[in-house]
Amino acid sequence: MKKTECVAMLLAGGQGSRLGVLTQKIAKPAVPYGGKYRIIDFPLSNCVNSGIETVGVLTQYQPLELNDYIGSGKPWDLDRSNGGVHVLPPYQKIEGADWYKGTANAIYQNIPFLERYNPEYVLILSGDHIYKMDYSDMLKRHKETGADCTIAVLEVSLEEASRFGIMNAHEDGTIYEFEEKPANPKSNLASMGIYIFNWSILREYLENDEKDPNSSNDFGKNIIPNMLNNGEKLITYPFSAYWKDVGTIDSLWEANLDLLNPKVELDLADPNWRIYSRTPSASPQFISDTAVVQNSLVTEGCNISGKVDFSILFENVTVEEGAEVRDSLVMPGAVIKSGASVQYAIVAENSVIESGAKVGERPEEVSNLDDWGVAVVGADLTVGKNASVSAKAMVTQSVKEGEKV
Amino acid sequence: MKNNNVMGVVFANVNDDLIRELTEVRSMASVPFGGRYRMIDFSLSNLVNAGVSKVGIIPKYNYHSLMDHVGSGKPWDLDRKSGGLSILPPYVNSEISIDTGRIDSLSSVMSYLSKSKENYIVLCDADVVGNIDISKMVDAHIESKADITFAYKNGPLPKSNANIMTFEMQDDGRIVKIRTPENYGVICDFSLDIIIMQRTLLIDLVKTAREENMSHRLRDVISSKIDTLKLVGYEVKEFTLVIDGTDSYANANFALLDPAVRAELFALERPIYTKNRDDVPTRYGLEAKVSNSLIADGCVIEGEVNDCVLFRGVKVEKGAKLSNCIIMQDSVVRSNANLRCVIADKNVEITEGRELSGAPTHYMTVRKSSKV
Repeated sequence: MKKTECVAMLLAGGQGSRLGVLTQKIAKPAVPYGGKYRIIDFPLSNCVNSGIETVGVLTQYQPLELNDYIGSGKPWDLDRSNGGVHVLPPYQKIEGADWYKGTANAIYQNIPFLERYNPEYVLILSGDHIYKMDYSDMLKRHKETGADCTIAVLEVSLEEASRFGIMNAHEDGTIYEFEEKPANPKSNLASMGIYIFNWSILREYLENDEKDPNSSNDFGKNIIPNMLNNGEKLITYPFSAYWKDVGTIDSLWEANLDLLNPKVELDLADPNWRIYSRTPSASPQFISDTAVVQNSLVTEGCNISGKVDFSILFENVTVEEGAEVRDSLVMPGAVIKSGASVQYAIVAENSVIESGAKVGERPEEVSNLDDWGVAVVGADLTVGKNASVSAKAMVTQSVKEGEKV
Repeated sequence: MKNNNVMGVVFANVNDDLIRELTEVRSMASVPFGGRYRMIDFSLSNLVNAGVSKVGIIPKYNYHSLMDHVGSGKPWDLDRKSGGLSILPPYVNSEISIDTGRIDSLSSVMSYLSKSKENYIVLCDADVVGNIDISKMVDAHIESKADITFAYKNGPLPKSNANIMTFEMQDDGRIVKIRTPENYGVICDFSLDIIIMQRTLLIDLVKTAREENMSHRLRDVISSKIDTLKLVGYEVKEFTLVIDGTDSYANANFALLDPAVRAELFALERPIYTKNRDDVPTRYGLEAKVSNSLIADGCVIEGEVNDCVLFRGVKVEKGAKLSNCIIMQDSVVRSNANLRCVIADKNVEITEGRELSGAPTHYMTVRKSSKV
């Protein structure tokens, strides 16, 4: 088989439990974002825009929707005869079957897949972040420095640093120490979970790690520390553009509304770095003569007769006359009926907010700000007439008429 | 379900000259429509929604934009190993000239027609806006044991450069008289030029017509057989609009502002497919004022938009005001410009403070890629 220089492995098996009801039925990378995308569109589009056209997507948790979404890889031009996108779930082998035990084990179990392409380099990605990054530039640095492993890092504030895996590096970028969520961080270079390895070296470490019964088979906890201990050359790749972890309800909400902030540098319309997505066939959006739509992103198939401000509406959303949507995300197919109000909330796919219902509260409506947060209504649910959903609530089953949750 | 027994042929350039302003750079089939579509999307989607998986497109002139739009046929799932989409541009030789009727066009693609295996063939044009259930028409054709079935619509006669056929029918639908009147607007049963017959019959008709040096027009050839062949009319009940001029083009676009029309035209069970452009969602600015308008993705709206159809990637800057306009892909309306009853083609720039005004009976058209 033709040799492939760099293969990307995208870890997409995580549950994303902190997203609660939003990831009850779908894996985190399949969570909708930005009006017409899913989180996984970012790493996938980054790959093709960087010239990496062989991508393995490792799935495990609730893979149905993700599998369907990736399909043949056509939306990203990844339906190729040579390479392309491959969905890689755990599978049964002669010596038995195992779930992916950790990030490193997931790659270990797919050594045969990587060997088919016999790459020089392997790029490890996750499906948890919103960012635009040229991996080919990172690979260039990896080759130039002669590193065994290059890790993309982001400067964070020192206060935040204790939430991340921190790389302590010399001025030339050589990493001498890695600390997972340190209480007293020595540096503010946070690992973005993006690694490039020389495949031959990574393979060796994966095999040794597998033999260690005490290992949690994780890149951050095991592979990277082991490489450091053995004196391999690990180099940072500094990244400074927009990057956001969307692992929590608040950060998902924020990362979406960042698209409305002119000061945030995340331009999805940049023709030189397109973010591709699989979009259904919908008619153009219709804004009626009773609608007021301002400072918002609205997608095809929407039917708007109510008031929409500082919000993101995904495809085929209906906002009826007299309904109000503010500071919120309304995911595909949801219906906000007349007189309903949705504020500081996420309404997931195909849910219906009946007339007069109130979902979410403004911060100034809450007496104790600690009780305030974004309200979430899960997919395929109904919030009944005149029902109300308080701030920070997470609705996992339909709310009856007049009920308060 | 896929119907292996029916194929389609779409004539891409019919009635081009009725909307010269928009077809100077393209064929009727690739005229942009309804915010994100091209005219041919309706014919292609109607065929595909009826399970047809083999479609030939016969263009004559100006077909680069059409080829760019249909590509491999992917949006319609027509990129197939078996059947799929074929673009069949005619080539001129001593026997076939480009400028004549459908008999010559079909004759020049004879090998495509004879190599096909499907029993039935559906011929259609690209100047009809409508979500028409072709499978019902095929069923009706088979049930009536007709030799040829014509789709017709009852309503005011549209204009046509090729003189539209009108039908006089018996109670059972059999056509007894075909006319080509020119009194536009009169209520009658007029042809939508969607025609079904057996593929072998079409081949025979075309071959005989050429051998016997008959008319170049398929219509004349069929009309001459009215006594020997069973010609049957099939009434199309679905909402349709025939594009027969710039005003009717504009009105057809504005008809989409009616929710009932959209519900019928973009019926979820029979979607109208089109090429995807991967645009971002449309951004409404702080001072945006939008009312009764159909807007595609990728637009940035900071001004005022009333009763308009905006295609993908249109920018309306602050203070600009648009009413009753159709603005096509990637056009920009700079700040404080004021447009009324204007059709702006693709990539047009309306400069700052400019005022342009047409009338509902006479839309002002701005040519592709021009700066006003």
